[in-house]
Order: sequence, then structure tokens, then C-alpha cells
Amino acid sequence: MMNRPEPALHLSQAPAAPVIEARGVSLTFPTADGPVHALKDVNLSIGQGEFVSFIGPSGCGKTTFLRTIAALERPTAGTLTVNGMTPDQARRARAYGYVFQAPGLYPWRTIAGNISLPLEIMGFDKADREARIARVLELVELGQFGSRYPWQLSGGMQQRASIARALAFDADILLMDEPFGALDEIVRDRLNEALLALWARTGRTIGFVTHSIPEAVYLSTRIVVMSPRPGRITDVIESPLPRERPLEIRDSKIFAELSHRVREGLRAGHGAGDD
Amino acid sequence: MGRVMTETTVSTLTPPRAARRGWAGQAGRSALPVLTVLAAIVVAWYLAAVWMNAPWVRDQAARAGETVTTGQLLRATMAQERPVLPAPHQVAAALWEGVTGQSVTSKRSLVRHGWITLSATLAGFALGSAAGILLAVGIVHSRVMDLSIMPWAVASQTIPILAIAPMVIVVLASVGVTGLLPKALISAWLSFFPVLVGMVKGLRAPDPMQFDLMRSWNANGGQVLRFLRFPSSLPWLFASLKVAIAAALVGTIVGELPAGATQGLGARLLSGSYYGQTIQIWSALFAAAILAAGLVWLIGAVARLTLRRMGLAR
Ligand SMILES: Nc1ncnc2c1ncn2[C@@H]1O[C@H](COP(=O)(O)OP(=O)(O)OP(=O)(O)O)[C@@H](O)[C@H]1O
Ligand SMILES: [Mg+2]
Repeated sequence: MMNRPEPALHLSQAPAAPVIEARGVSLTFPTADGPVHALKDVNLSIGQGEFVSFIGPSGCGKTTFLRTIAALERPTAGTLTVNGMTPDQARRARAYGYVFQAPGLYPWRTIAGNISLPLEIMGFDKADREARIARVLELVELGQFGSRYPWQLSGGMQQRASIARALAFDADILLMDEPFGALDEIVRDRLNEALLALWARTGRTIGFVTHSIPEAVYLSTRIVVMSPRPGRITDVIESPLPRERPLEIRDSKIFAELSHRVREGLRAGHGAGDD
Repeated sequence: MGRVMTETTVSTLTPPRAARRGWAGQAGRSALPVLTVLAAIVVAWYLAAVWMNAPWVRDQAARAGETVTTGQLLRATMAQERPVLPAPHQVAAALWEGVTGQSVTSKRSLVRHGWITLSATLAGFALGSAAGILLAVGIVHSRVMDLSIMPWAVASQTIPILAIAPMVIVVLASVGVTGLLPKALISAWLSFFPVLVGMVKGLRAPDPMQFDLMRSWNANGGQVLRFLRFPSSLPWLFASLKVAIAAALVGTIVGELPAGATQGLGARLLSGSYYGQTIQIWSALFAAAILAAGLVWLIGAVARLTLRRMGLAR
């Protein structure tokens, strides 16, 4: 009822030079039951140091969009640039830290060994690796668990280890696909805070998928609402919240208003998907 | 929903723990069925020995114009020098005598013949496994190799080894290559295939997300092989090595059969059959079987140790 967005036409006024720029990006998967339109005409521009959340019903293409940015999928139409390069060039420049929807730890490596793997591949020396491993393990509250094997950890702990792995090397762009989905509320709160602190400190650009409205509102500078069949952006909500965000901000009036707006956007999207 | 999640968590957590606890207990549990089957086989074997050797005893008795009691018949069927089917204790005695009854340099020593067979087997196994692994690495990295090598590998195994083994031996002997190498080549021929098939499967085993992770780190092909493909292939590698070592032993023995061979368990088999020494044939057979079982067990033990240390035991 407020300014209803014109879908698929969001040339946003990004604060800084765009790091990620999607223009008319579509992605269709050919399947046995006919083509699946995972993304349709997605336009989005994400600036340096932005924290952008993607929210929307299951199957609306959130994962697919993140994968497209990371050059794990190729758009079937439209253009996507990252730091002015193609996503694949950005991948080769090691621009991405990607946290997948499932932990994906290597069972034959300890937690520390798992975190060390990308560092070994990228050629960090041993002392540097160890310092980084200790730092990120502390960050995700797994300080004691470096020498354990993944199967000795709970699902949520494994997920945190996979977050630590993506944080260990200094990728410009962090892409996180429901990273906190498997965590309890308290740990989730703490990790939300830790992530905000890390973001404020390092100025990285973050793309973040979540199903939780409060989480999206609490973390983001912008919230992208998506809807399925075909997967598209139906609303982009700028957050007026300051960058400095204590947990209590979630009790404020403006927080409630933002949450309401995201919920409305999601409702509209759900309705549109039912045709 | 909650229940489903707990169940998945539990099931992803339990297998290694269960494997750790279960291993010692399993040995005790599996002994009884194994012993039962063994006892049944021994009984059946004795019955078969009596039944198959009796005609000759009756024949001899008839010729000498004597009659034999059932007791005499039973005893006689189990103490012949060249029985149709030697009784288990005769084979056991021959085995024992072949292993401990003479110096290891003697031509009748099973230790000597066993070692000759074993060394060629190990050489062929090493050669075949290395070839299988290298070809598998090539195949998973190159579509051209996948399309061109696999059909030939399959074809190579359809050729009856018994038919080409003598040719390999004769051809190599004509250029002066004799001894261990020709046998090892035949053995490698049989053992590379299971390793190739197992490793192609194993090197492709990691799930797509693990490959995606590697891709997002911009890992090169060598790193993907070293850090991801190779470690995940180890369960497949060990499984195929067990098949390969048994195949390698068969290959070596087949390589020892062609005329002229005087050394190795295969040669013992052959000379036994020339002279109707059935006990010798059977003791060589059992020596080969024991050797094979020992080798397979050894690989199994190495596999268990390695996989458990890697957290991959199941
Ligand atoms: N490799 C693929 N092949 C075919 N269809 C696919 C493939 N990957 C995704 N899809 C389809 O594309 C659509 C979007 O999937 P995607 O995984 O991006 O959804 P999502 O928004 O991440 O959902 P969720 O919240 O459940 O994770 C779905 O309809 C899905 O079935
Ligand atoms: Mg998803």
C-alpha cells in the first residue's frame, strides 16, 4: 500500500560503486518435466560494504542467485558483473567466501584441518594459517573443537565450522546461504552480533539468505524479497537502521515497522506464486 | 519435523562410533557361523572322499579275490597314495609336510614355491594397481580418455586369460625375458581392471557441493585430486584392491601353468596332475587359497586402520 515496487525494475541507488551488478538476469534449468524458471529478469546492484539479505519462500531462487553470483551457475540471459569482471573472473581472483546451505565439511579432516584447506589451496604459510584458524574458531565459538572430527560435532556446530572456513581467508564478498538455519536462538543471536562486528570491522560485502524476518531486518542494509515460479525480486527494502546495531534494537518501533513491511512483501509474493 | 531432524543428526553421528564399538565384538559373533560352515564342508568332503575312492578299493579287492568289510573300506578310502579325492587330513598332512618338512630351498617345499608365486603376485599387483589408478585419474579428468579407454579395458577382460597366458610366456621367453616378469605381467593384466573400475567410481564419489567448494576457492585440478578426490576414493580403492590381489594371484598361477614352468604353486599343480599326484594338487591349491586369504586379510586390515584414522570407517 505504500510505494509498491515495480517488479524487475530496481535500479537502486547504491551508496558506493556497485560490487555486484545484475541486469536482466534469468536462469532456466531444463528438466525432464520441462524448463524450471529459477530466476527471471533479476535486476539488482549491490554496493561495496553492503549487507544484503535475500528472503522468500522455498524454491524462489535464493540459492540459485547466490550460486550465479559465485559463478557456480551461468545465467541463461542477462548480464552479471562482479567488481566490473565476469563472475568467473572474480572467482579466479578468489573474491568469494561461500557458506553453503549444508556444512559440507570433509570427514577425513579435523575441524581445524577443514578450515585450513582453503588456506592451503590459496598458499598461506603455516604460521599464518594457524593464527587464522584460531581466530575464526574463536569467532564461531568453537575454540575447543579444532582437533575434533566433523562427525563428533552436532549439526549446528558443523554449520558454524563451515562459516569459520569461509571467514578464514579474506574474501571481499561473503555469500552465506542460510548459515544460521540449524542454530538455537541464543547462539544465533551471538553469531548475528559477531557477524555484524566482523562486517563493520572489515567492510566486506555480504549476501545473506535467510528465512527469518527478524534476522534479515537485524542484519541488513537492504532486504531483497523474492517470490517463486518464476523466481524474481518483488521488493527491495532499504533499512534505515544505523550500522551500529545492539541486539536491543530489535525491540524498537522502527524494527517492528520494517519487519511488518518485509512480511507484507512476502505475503504479496506468496499470493503471486499461486496463479 | 523436529523428530526428522533429530533422526538425521543421530544417523550422521552414529556410524563411526558404532563401528568403533562393534569391531571387537563382531569377530566373536562371526566366528560361530564360519566354524559351522567349515565343519559342514569337512563332513561333506569326507563323505565325498569315501564315495569317490571306494570303487578303486573294491576293484583292488576283487582283483585279489578278497572281500572287504565296511571298516576296512572306510580306512582304505582315506589312505590311498593317489586317491580320486584325497581326504582332508591327507591334504592337511601334505600341506604341513610341504611347509615344515623340508628346507625352504628344496624343490618340494611349499614355502619356496609359495614365495615364488607370491613375489610375482605382488609385483603384478603393484603394477596393475598403479596402472588402474593412473588410468582412472586420466579417465575422470578427460572425457576423451573416458570414451576411449573404458571400452578397451572391458574388452581386455573378456579375452580368456588361459588362452593368452601361454602366448605371453612363449613370446617373452623368445626375447629372453623369463622368470618373474612374464608372470607379473599376466597378473597385472587381471588386477588392473577392478582397481580401474573402483577408482573411477571413487574419484567421482565426492558430492557436488564439495566440488563447488573447491571451485569457489579456485582450486586447480591437481589440488582437487589431492585434497578431495583421492581421499574420498579410499574406501573404493581398498575394496577394489581386495579383488585385485586375488585376481593377481590367479594371474600368476595361470602364468605358471604353461609347459616348462618348474617353480611356483602353479607348477606344483601342473606337475601333480601330470603324475596323478592328487594330494600334491590339492595341497598346492590350498596353499594358494591360504595365500590369497592372507593377502586379502592384510589389505582389509590396512583399510580398516587407514579409514578409521581418517574418520571414514563405517
Ligand atoms: N540444478 C537444478 N536443476 C533443476 N532445477 C533446479 C536446480 N537447482 C535449483 N532448481 C530449481 O530452481 C528453483 C529455485 O531453487 P533454489 O534452490 O534457488 O531455491 P531456494 O530459494 O534456495 O529455496 P530454499 O529456501 O528451499 O533453499 C527450484 O524450483 C528448484 O527446483
Ligand atoms: Mg536454498
